[in-house]
Amino acid sequence: MSEYVLELKGITKIFPGVRALDKVQFQLKPGEIHALMGENGAGKSTFIKVITGVHQAEEGEIFLDGRKVTFRSPLDAQKAGIAAIYQHATAYPHLTVAENIFMGHEKMRRGMIDWKAMNRASRELLDTLSAEFGPEDLMGSLSVAQQQMVEIAHALSVNARILIMDEPTAALTKAESEKLYEITERLRDNGVSVIFISHRFEDMYRLATRVTVFRDAHYIGTYDVDGISNGDLIKAMVGRDIQMLFPKPEVELGEEVLRVEKLSRTGYFENVSFSVRRGEILGLTGLVGARRTEVAETIFGIGKASHGAIYVEGKKVQIRNPADAMREGIGLLTEDRQKYGLILDWGIGRNITLPEIRKFTRNGLIREKEENRTAAQCAEDVDVKAVTVFDQAGSLSGGNQQKVVVAKALGSEMKVLILDEPTKGVDVGSKAAIYEIMGELAKKGYAIIMISSEMPEILGMCDRVAVMCDGRVTGELNREELDQEQILVLAMTRMKNAEKGGGGLA
Amino acid sequence: MHKMKKLLQSREASLLLVLVLLCLVIQMRNSSFLTANVINSILKNYSYTMTLSVGMLMVLLIGGIDISVGATLAFSGMTASLLMRSGILTNGFAVFAASTLIGTLCGLITGLVISKGKVIPIIATLGIRYIYRGMSYLISDFKSVNASSMLPDYKDFAQSSTLGINHLVWITLCVYAVFFVVLRWTRLGRRIYAVGSNPSAAVVSGIPADRIKIFVYTVMGSICGLCGSMYVSYYASAQNNMAMGIEMDVIASCVVGGVALSGGRGSIAGVLIGSVTIAVISKSLSLVGINPFWQQALKGAIILFAIVVNVIVQRNMDRRVLERREV
Amino acid sequence: MAAKSGRTIQFEKKTSLRSVLAMRETMLLLLFLAVNVMNISISPNYLNSYTLFTNINSFMVKGLIALPMAYILLLGEIDISVGSMVCLSATLLGVVYNATGSIGAAILAALAVGTLCGAFNGLVVTQFTELASMIVTLATMTLYRGISEMILGDKSTSGMRNVEWFANLYDGRVGHVPYLFLIFCVLAAGFGIVMHKTVFGRRMYAIGANRDSARYSGIQVQRIRMAVFTLTGLLSGLAGVFYCAWMGTVKNSIAEGYEMEAICMCVLGGISTDGGRGNFPGVLIAIFTMGLLRYGLGLININSEIINIIIGFLLVLVVMLPELKRMFKV
Repeated sequence: MSEYVLELKGITKIFPGVRALDKVQFQLKPGEIHALMGENGAGKSTFIKVITGVHQAEEGEIFLDGRKVTFRSPLDAQKAGIAAIYQHATAYPHLTVAENIFMGHEKMRRGMIDWKAMNRASRELLDTLSAEFGPEDLMGSLSVAQQQMVEIAHALSVNARILIMDEPTAALTKAESEKLYEITERLRDNGVSVIFISHRFEDMYRLATRVTVFRDAHYIGTYDVDGISNGDLIKAMVGRDIQMLFPKPEVELGEEVLRVEKLSRTGYFENVSFSVRRGEILGLTGLVGARRTEVAETIFGIGKASHGAIYVEGKKVQIRNPADAMREGIGLLTEDRQKYGLILDWGIGRNITLPEIRKFTRNGLIREKEENRTAAQCAEDVDVKAVTVFDQAGSLSGGNQQKVVVAKALGSEMKVLILDEPTKGVDVGSKAAIYEIMGELAKKGYAIIMISSEMPEILGMCDRVAVMCDGRVTGELNREELDQEQILVLAMTRMKNAEKGGGGLA
Repeated sequence: MHKMKKLLQSREASLLLVLVLLCLVIQMRNSSFLTANVINSILKNYSYTMTLSVGMLMVLLIGGIDISVGATLAFSGMTASLLMRSGILTNGFAVFAASTLIGTLCGLITGLVISKGKVIPIIATLGIRYIYRGMSYLISDFKSVNASSMLPDYKDFAQSSTLGINHLVWITLCVYAVFFVVLRWTRLGRRIYAVGSNPSAAVVSGIPADRIKIFVYTVMGSICGLCGSMYVSYYASAQNNMAMGIEMDVIASCVVGGVALSGGRGSIAGVLIGSVTIAVISKSLSLVGINPFWQQALKGAIILFAIVVNVIVQRNMDRRVLERREV
Repeated sequence: MAAKSGRTIQFEKKTSLRSVLAMRETMLLLLFLAVNVMNISISPNYLNSYTLFTNINSFMVKGLIALPMAYILLLGEIDISVGSMVCLSATLLGVVYNATGSIGAAILAALAVGTLCGAFNGLVVTQFTELASMIVTLATMTLYRGISEMILGDKSTSGMRNVEWFANLYDGRVGHVPYLFLIFCVLAAGFGIVMHKTVFGRRMYAIGANRDSARYSGIQVQRIRMAVFTLTGLLSGLAGVFYCAWMGTVKNSIAEGYEMEAICMCVLGGISTDGGRGNFPGVLIAIFTMGLLRYGLGLININSEIINIIIGFLLVLVVMLPELKRMFKV
């Protein structure tokens, strides 16, 4: 019997233009909970997909109980007892809970699906997880936390020996997370080995005995959780002391540019108020699912506010769509650049000029030469790594895509820029560049709202921080008061029904 | 009790309610409507459209579309008729089998073009529609096959009935029953739903999406073939322009039956109700004294009404969910 | 700003011979030439400009619908109600003419009803964004033709060609060149310029490529969709007018299948039904390739249904080409 239930050696995975994993290694002991940590874009999700057979690695070997294996498809990995709960729900919304649990290994009788048996078995599994919903409910009608429980039930139903959880607590409340911890521990006690990916140190300390760190597609090291300090771990993840990263310039704050008063959207958030001044960087933080993005989108005219008002330079404004918002000088850089920020099969030039294409017309016709020249200039200003303005946006790395998005926003006359997770999926080098650009913009008099879940950049870049939890602003902290503990407390403060646990976890 | 409630709240129940209301209104205006005779004739007249809807349901479930069904139907029905005329097929059953087989091959080609050739379904089937329809003209030398050259038992089949139900209607019922079972009780059936419900998840869970696509288009082809022989048997004549544009009625039946064009949503029960509704609208408006020339417009209006109401109901449901959600 | 690397980014477009040869339009152009060579070898009279234009004129009516259809597909939409809109506006033209005796009023009525139908399509797809335009136009396709049937029953309306100048809209020529062809050329140039050179065109491309990104870039997506559907209605109305000038009699079954012809022309011309891709010149070449192919094969008495087989094959092959290339590693 091998010491490790799962061992990976020298795994390299290459996507067109990107080396997503570079000779990484990993060892999982039987019955352990092993945390896998690293920044966004470190390669964790790709690594998981190599283990589960979704991606095939270009180089490297996988050993299961000491025996070499190759997974050609997800089915191979499933048969080997590996189950995964992915970050983005991989559920089938139109099918029932029971079907989702038993997808791929339905209970059969005489060649037919045995619904009764399947529902009964699902019921039992759900009961062990104390779920509040039934096997015949539609997957699409469940909350994120509930869908996650279904995925856990799926893993249980295949008798997985190795369970991989990719950011399972990201969208959960504290009570729901606690429930998940208990389930995970119970699984471990039953002999399941767990790989647990999380950004939250809290998760790691609570659950894991060992932690492996990836950074920029490389393996950095494996440590005993008890044996490594918080600071060292961060250093391992980020690669340098964080203080160096944030070139926050001191800026004289000007008058108030944007004020949001008691903004509400039914079912999403309620009574959100804050303001931001010229030259100021306001942080908007909270856990995933705190509805920060929804607030930003509502200010930008996507989704209608049910109550409340928005003031730009003291004047109340009506914003019905993004065009209105941009006319008022509000810009939004979305979290999901590929889906909302860019047109991936266009060249970077056309992407940059899209919002202000009107500027380049004479007699109604676009003058492409001038357009391309200006686009090149804009791209150079933010130092996009590209050869020509015709390079496809989709071919750039995450960091460079983000720079293109920034260049696009800077082409218009803006007063307020809302940056939603601006450094998500961006390599460390580009990160520093993006922070630098943010600082420059603040100096130039832009009012900036930065939505971020990453504590270091919130602490490092913001003049002021508003913290949200479950659709409400739970507190605001000035630069002098900024403190990680305090922010976490506010991020987990539910304003009412504190422990009722809105989701399915009782 | 819980199950009963769920059943009543389902989309199919509200569709059924609409159909029942429609029938009642017609019945009040013309009491001869709800008689076995009239119902039998409506169903017989629409048996092939209703049958095709089952195939289309599966195509729509995987997020595809097939606008070549009329052409496939004509080609396989015509080919089988020619084989019958030349004396190769010697009994009615053989005609049905040959037509179905030819349809299956046609469907297989469509499926391969879409899944292996990576052609968007609507374009692929647009092109294939021209090809099959043209081939139908080509092989028949632009002539039709008349009743006189058809086997008597084949012609009789569509005109006779067992247990008071017309044979064509029996075929339709059987197809519905078979696919009800396939879609609900077999692994394959649930995979069809899964592929349409979340294609990227299907990749992660290792479902062979390509093979399922090919299967679905092939089955659509088989059903077209089957309907080709039903059609010819019903009219006792094989015309080259038969079932021209029938795909629109078939898609409409599915849409009215609550099938989503985006894939993953739809049921046999819904399609049954939807296609009966379309059949009733098409065939019985004359019974209540509505000018026959008004029927097409009314049909269009009713389809439009049905899909718009569907959206409004869905929006209300979504809003209620949001309002219930705690902030 | 930022620690600049001093990198410069090229903005001059360099077109290599290779990239020109790889273009869809080049291939289409070759196909177009091949069709012409074939036609010349079939009939030495093919190049007689008078008869050539007579035949070109006969597919111009469909060509008129292909123009806005290119926009519709570029947006990632589809409109299968165009044939019905042609029919309904032609119906209105005939009915109004026979009622008032004024062909001018009749033309206005036809254009108005076409525009109205298109606007209604636009209204439904923009107000109920959950609905695919395929379903909406499937319903209105039945509805519009149904209305025409309500008006005409099984009769037809005719007599429009008795007005000489109206008949001349189709018959009239400058030299050998028909008015209709000239009108088509002017419209086509306009459509091409708008698609490739204007803000509106750029925004259509953006919406087709990524509707969400376009919206987040401040583009009024619904306004543009509405405009394009309405424009399609207007052009269908115009096609209806020319249909009347051509045939002089209208039944409720006219222009059936025009939608598929128009879509076929656009797709063959390289406009993807997925949206966001394609060029206008390609569509124009495709319109003439398809039209002249029909004409040429018609000269040697090949039935139009057989020609359809060839067109169907061409359509599927052209779209499958990139995948076939990949499969056989050309």
